[in-house]
Amino acid sequence: MTLPMGRPMREIFGETVAELANHDPRIVMLDGDVGSSTRADIFEKAHPDRYLQMGIAEQNMLGVAAGMATMGLIPFISTFVSFAVVRPLDQIRVLIAQTGANVKITAGYAGLFTGQTGMSHIIVDDLAIMRAMPGMVSIAPADDVEAAQVLRWAAAYEGPCYVRLVRDATQRLFDEEYEFRFGQATVVREGTDVTLMSTGSQTPRVVDAADLLAAEGIDAHVLHVPTLKPVDVAAVVAAADRTGRVITVEEHSVIGGLGGAVAETLSQHRPTRVDRIGLQDEFVQSGPNDALLDIYGLSATRVTEQVLRILRAGD
Amino acid sequence: MSERLVAPGPAADADEILHLQEIARRIRVEVVKAVNIARAGHLGGPLSAADMLAALYFHELRIRPDEPDWPDRDRFILSKGHSSIGLYSAMALRGYFPVEELATFDGAHSRLQGHPDMTRLPGLDMSTGSLGMGISAGMGMALGARLTGRDIRAWVMLGDGECQEGEVWEAAMAAARYGLDNLIAVVDHNRLQQYGWPGDGPDGRIPPQVPGELVAKWSAFGWRVLEMDGHDMADILRAFDEATHGDGRPTAIIAYTIKGKGVSFMEGHYFWHTRAIKPDEFATAMADLGEPAPETDGDPR
Repeated sequence: MTLPMGRPMREIFGETVAELANHDPRIVMLDGDVGSSTRADIFEKAHPDRYLQMGIAEQNMLGVAAGMATMGLIPFISTFVSFAVVRPLDQIRVLIAQTGANVKITAGYAGLFTGQTGMSHIIVDDLAIMRAMPGMVSIAPADDVEAAQVLRWAAAYEGPCYVRLVRDATQRLFDEEYEFRFGQATVVREGTDVTLMSTGSQTPRVVDAADLLAAEGIDAHVLHVPTLKPVDVAAVVAAADRTGRVITVEEHSVIGGLGGAVAETLSQHRPTRVDRIGLQDEFVQSGPNDALLDIYGLSATRVTEQVLRILRAGD
Repeated sequence: MSERLVAPGPAADADEILHLQEIARRIRVEVVKAVNIARAGHLGGPLSAADMLAALYFHELRIRPDEPDWPDRDRFILSKGHSSIGLYSAMALRGYFPVEELATFDGAHSRLQGHPDMTRLPGLDMSTGSLGMGISAGMGMALGARLTGRDIRAWVMLGDGECQEGEVWEAAMAAARYGLDNLIAVVDHNRLQQYGWPGDGPDGRIPPQVPGELVAKWSAFGWRVLEMDGHDMADILRAFDEATHGDGRPTAIIAYTIKGKGVSFMEGHYFWHTRAIKPDEFATAMADLGEPAPETDGDPR
C-alpha cells in the first residue's frame, strides 16, 4: 500500500499565510523575486499592500525583515532554501537569531524537489546549519496537512523560526485529525524489530518502506520528528527503547540533520546503535524527482533495500 | 555620580552650537578614557563620528532616554558597530545610563559590548558589528513605520569602508524602490578603513573610495545626496534638518570627516582604527581634548 498524494506545500504556504493575514494585520510577506514559484503570489493577490517585493537581494531582505520585526510586524520570507539560508546566513545570525527577531524563515524548494535545477538550488545541509544556530527553531513538516499547521504555529510563536517547505506535491501522511505540537515527535507506525526515524516529506516514504519491510518479515517502528530543534528527547529515547536498533532516514545530508540530532540525543541519554540514511557528503545533480529519489536512495524501495542491508550486515 | 546633560531645543543658535560642540568634546574624552581602561576597542571611527553623534542624540533624534522603548521614537542604528564606544558615550551623556558605566566597556558581563548588542542594552535599536547590515535593518524600520502609519525616521550611520559591502547597495536599491524618505543614511567618510589598499597615501594606504565616488554611487541608486563637514556643528545641523524634509527619496548624507579627529597623533592614521593607548599617549590625548591632566600616569590600573 502506498500513501496518497497531498497538495504541494508551496500552495499551502501562499494560502495559509494569506488566511492568517486576514486576521492579523502584523503579517507581511517579503519576497526575493520568486513569488510566482513559492506561491507568495497567492498572498499578494489577497494582501497587495502587505506583499513587499525585495528584489534579488536576499541579504538585504533578511535584514529588512529584522528591522520590520522591531516595529511589531511579523515578516514571512518567500524564497528558496538555498537563498533563504546560506546566502543571507550572517544576516540571519546577527540580525535575526541573536536579537530574537520575530521573523519566519519559511523557505521553499527544500530537498531534492526543486524543478530540475541542480547543485546551486538543491541544498541538503540546511537543517544542519539552522539547527546549529543559537536561538533558531527548525521544523520540517511531513505533508500538506502538517505544513499548514506549522505555518499557523509559526505565526503565533514569538521569535525566529526556520520552516522547510517542499515545492511539489508529496505524499499525505496525516488526516485532518492530526495536531502538530511544537517540539514533539509522533509515532506514525508501531513496530518491534527496528526503529526508523524520519523528518519532513521523507516520512511518508519511510512509512511506505515500513510496509515493504513487513513483506520481508520485519516489523518497523516509525517515528516522525518534525521539530529538529528542540528535538523531542523523550520520544527519541522511547522509540529507541522500543527496538534497540535505530535507523534515521532524511532527505538531507547525513551530517548534522536528523541523524545528527538523534545520534547526539541517544549517545547521551540511551547509547544505541544509529545508522543514517540520507544524502552523503556530496553535491546533488538535477533530474526528475523520482529519478533523484532513486539515485540518492530515498524512494520507499531504495530505503527498504538499505534498511535490509543494514540489518542483515548485523553489528 | 551620574550626570545628565539637558538636550537643547530644536532651534540651532550660536549657544546651542557651542553646547553641542562641548558635548562632542565630552564624547571624545569618554571614548579615549574607556578604550584606555579596556585596553581594547576602536578609536579612529568613534572620534570621527563624535560631532555627528552629539548632534543626533542632543538635537535631532526624537527620543526619550527615560523610556528607551518608546514606540514612536526615531530609530538610530550604528551600522559601523565598531564605533560602539562613541555611541555609548553619547547615550550615557544623554542619560540612558550612568556615565560611570562607560568604564565597563568591552569587559565581561558589560552591557557595553565591543559591538552593540540590543539584547543587553536598552536604547540600542539593533545589534550590529557585521558590516553592511544596519542599512537593511534601518530600511525595515522605515518601511515598517510607513506600513503602521507612524511618523518615525530611521537614521543609520555607516562607515565609508563599510560601503564596500555588497549588502549596502542591495539596501540602497530596494529603499529607493520604496521611496523611503524617512530613511536617512549618514556616511562617516573619514577616508580610511582598517588597513586599506596599499598606495601612495598617508602611511602607504589609500582611501576606500576615490573622490566623488560615494556621491555618485548613492545618487545613481536613486537617493537624494547631501554633503556636509562632519566636524562643523552648524553644517551638521543644517544637513540633518534638510534630511528630515523628505522629497520622496531616501537621503544619504556624505559626511567629510577625519579619522581620529581631536587627538593630534591619531588624526589621519589608519593604525589608530584600533590600538591600545600608552600612558604618555593618554596624557597627550587628554590635553588635546582640553581635559585637565589626569592625576595618575594615565594607567587606570
